[in-house]
Formats: sequence, structure tokens, C-alpha cells
Amino acid sequence: MATRPTGDLIVEVTGLRRAFGDTTVLDGADLTVRRGEVVALLGGSGSGKSTLLRALAGLDADATGHITVPAHYGVVFQEHRLLPWKRVADNVALGLTGADPRGRALAALTEVGLGDRGGAWPAELSGGQAQRVAVARALVREPELLLLDEPFGALDALTRLRMQRLLVRLRERHGFAALLVTHDVDEALLLADRALVLEGGRIAEEIPIGLPKPRHQDDPGFGGLRRHLLDRLGVPVV
Amino acid sequence: MTTTATAPVLGTPAPAKRRRSRGPRRWYRLISPLTLLVLWETAARTGLLPEAKVPAPSLVAETGLRLAVDGSLWEHLLDSLTRAAIGLVIGGTLAVALAATAALLRIGDNTIDPPVQMARMLPHLGLVPLLIIWVGIGEELKISLVALGAFFPLYFNTYAGIRDIDQRLVEAARTCGLNQWQRLRHVVLPGALPSLFLGLRLAIGAGWLSLVVGEQVNAQTGIGFLMMEAREFAQTDVVVFGLLVYAGLGLLSDTLIRIAERRTLAWRRGLQAT
Repeated sequence: MATRPTGDLIVEVTGLRRAFGDTTVLDGADLTVRRGEVVALLGGSGSGKSTLLRALAGLDADATGHITVPAHYGVVFQEHRLLPWKRVADNVALGLTGADPRGRALAALTEVGLGDRGGAWPAELSGGQAQRVAVARALVREPELLLLDEPFGALDALTRLRMQRLLVRLRERHGFAALLVTHDVDEALLLADRALVLEGGRIAEEIPIGLPKPRHQDDPGFGGLRRHLLDRLGVPVV
Repeated sequence: MTTTATAPVLGTPAPAKRRRSRGPRRWYRLISPLTLLVLWETAARTGLLPEAKVPAPSLVAETGLRLAVDGSLWEHLLDSLTRAAIGLVIGGTLAVALAATAALLRIGDNTIDPPVQMARMLPHLGLVPLLIIWVGIGEELKISLVALGAFFPLYFNTYAGIRDIDQRLVEAARTCGLNQWQRLRHVVLPGALPSLFLGLRLAIGAGWLSLVVGEQVNAQTGIGFLMMEAREFAQTDVVVFGLLVYAGLGLLSDTLIRIAERRTLAWRRGLQAT
């Protein structure tokens, strides 16, 4: 069951369990995210990264354990998941309450560089643009926490780099915390304050990433952490 | 960009080219029907086709004009249209309501879908004798037949349309804070709309077919009655004209639905353009 956070810890998960039939995917996972912190969740294919994120997003009724998440959170999936029958601005404004939802949607679109595409249909956008709209849709809810499920995994390498930079900029401006599920070690090292390795249904290792920001792959210390994480994920650098 | 440099060499841009080539192609498609019409007319005029069996197209047109001028055509047409409309509304409403219940609720699926699947195997036009016993030979029979004919295509397409909705979109809507009713309104309904339109087109087709059969059972008015009465007096021209009216009604209703579909599903045009 989910409760609301108090104090500095914005996400608190204890004893999270989820099984699909006989296969136990999450076996008592514990994790915390502090206010404004970006945490990368790494793990091999099928390690339960996405299952964990879905449980946090409230999309998995069968997961058991204690989950604390803030009331305002946004989710960005690997696919943009925009409603094809709503124009871009209406997709961003979907479910918004309060004053001037459309104006706020357009402001969020401007922040991701798509202020002029509010009237377009999702099908008219490129993959990268659609994903930016998905980010705007999460952002417009003024989230304290962003749940990102391999958000840039389906994009080409150049677009992915642009999106990673956009995310860094948006985080600096809005100060949200983020849980970033990824299989991309470089992405984790570029974006996160802390990396968690999910293995055997639990958080097997926690690695603080103390590299100064803004980060670059050439930074000293980057290679060492990269090697360590890849080694941890079962792909040792030879 | 290199593409802008090569574009003028290729000639006119694609949309203009498409528009230009569509004109003649449409025109070509008229040649064979017109030839058939001319052959038919010639064969009828020369006596190759006996007038009592197949009247000349000109004669059919003349008959149609006469019926239109003396007003009897409109009277019968209005009665046929009324039956079709009432039947369609009853059958359609029932189909959409039941299909939505079956597709959205597990208990609905378990209770509604099995009997509907079984009933689908019955040819509904074969129910005429039973329907006569149940509701008599009056207006109820015609309306029930249309409602039955319209029900099945609309039921199955609505059901499939709702079931085929991408669950990932429903999830995304949930993370945007939409409650169940809002998800129904913003995700399920618009997502099922293309199938609903397809079902509606099929339902209208089935509805007309049912009406044709229904109006041949002891009707006092309607296009079908017009044809049955003409048959008794061997007025083949009226029979053929009645058939053309039915065909025209089918074509007209289908075109109207397609226009409504194109307006409502504008987002799909963007999908097709990419």
C-alpha cells in the first residue's frame, strides 16, 4: 500500500514483492529516493526494473510491500504513449485540473522546445519529438518525482544525447527527484546522483556517483565507475 | 540539403501530381458501366431482351420520374426510411450497450457474450416465420428484422474495438490522474470509434437487406411493397426501379457515414500521412 512521504525521503519502498506465477521477480526490494535526487536503477534484462517502477507508479495492484510516493509524480515510458486522437497540447493537458490547463500545457511544451507543435497530431511527430511531449506531459503536473522507464531507450543515439541534456536542464530548473530505469550505464553515470543495481529481486548494490556536474564521458573517474557497473551487470570490460 | 536541389528536376510536387492523375483515372472507370448501360438499352430497344423481363433503362428512368412526380415514390420512401431508422436505433443502441458491458466488465463478458455468439450463428432472415408468430406481420416485423440485422455487426465491432485498445494508453492515462469515467471518455471511446464506425456501416448494410426482406411480407407501404405490387401486375420497370432505389439508399447512407467518419477521425489522416 502507498502512503505519502514526510521529511527528506520522497520515496520509501520496503519489502516490495511481486511474482508472476512461479517466477518471483521482486523479492523484498528496499529503496529510498531523497528530495531532488536522481537515482538510476540498473539491472539485466528481466531483473524486474520495470516491474519495480510500475509498482511505484501505482500500475501494479498485485505487488505487495510498503510504498511511499509523493502525490504529484509523473511517468515517462519507453514509448511515448500519447493518445493518437488528441492533439499534442490536449495530450499534455490530459487530466490537468486547476486554472488554465491549456496555457500550462503550452508552457510545458515550450520548455521541451515544442511550443509551436501544440496543434499537431501525435502521428505527425518524430520519435524524439513525441518523447519530448511525453516528458512535457509528466512535467506539467509539477511533479516532485519523475518515474522514467527507459525513457530514451527507443531513440537514436543523437536524439538520446539531446534528451539526456534536456532532462538535466529541466531538473536544474524544477528540482524534481527522479527514478531512472535504464540499461545504459553511460546514461546512469551522466544523469544520476546514485545508481542502484537490481539483482535477484533485491537492490544488490548501491553506488554513489560523486562526479561533478555537468558531466562528460571523458571526465576522470567516469571510466572507473563505468567499468565497475558493467562488471556488476555481468558484462566485464575486456 | 540535397533533396531541395533534386526536387525541381523531379517535376511537380507529389500532391499536385496525385490530383492530376486522379481525374482521368476516375473518368476511365465510368467507361465500362456506361457501355453496359448502352448495350442494355440497345438490346431492349431491338427486342433482344423482352420488355416483360428486362425493361430498357430509359423506361425505368421514365417510370421513376412518373412515380416521383405523382408523389407515391416519396410516400413509400418515407415509410421505408422510417422503418430503417427505428430499427437501426433500437438494434444499434442495444448492440453498443451490450457490447460495451461485455467488453468492459468480466461479469458482462461471461453473461452477455456467450448467448450473443450462439445467436450469431442463426441466419436472422431465417427467423421470419418465427417473428411472424411472435410480433405479427405489421410494422413490428419490419422493425425487428432491421434491428436484428443491425445488431450483430455493431455488437461484434464495438466489442472488438474496445478489447483492442492498447492497454499501455490506458495505463498512461491512469498516471495522468484520470479516473475510470475519464479513461472511458478520453481513451476507450475514442479508441473504439474507428471500429464503431465500421460496425455502423456494416449494420446499415445489413439493415437495408433486412428491410428488403421484411417489406416483402404483407406490407401496405414502402419500397418493397411498391415492388411486390408491381410484380403482381408484371410491371417489371417498377420492380427494377425499386431495386435501384434500394441501391441508391445503401450508397447514400454509406457515403454519409464515411463523411462523418472522416470528420470525426481526423487524427487518422495524420497517421496515414506519415
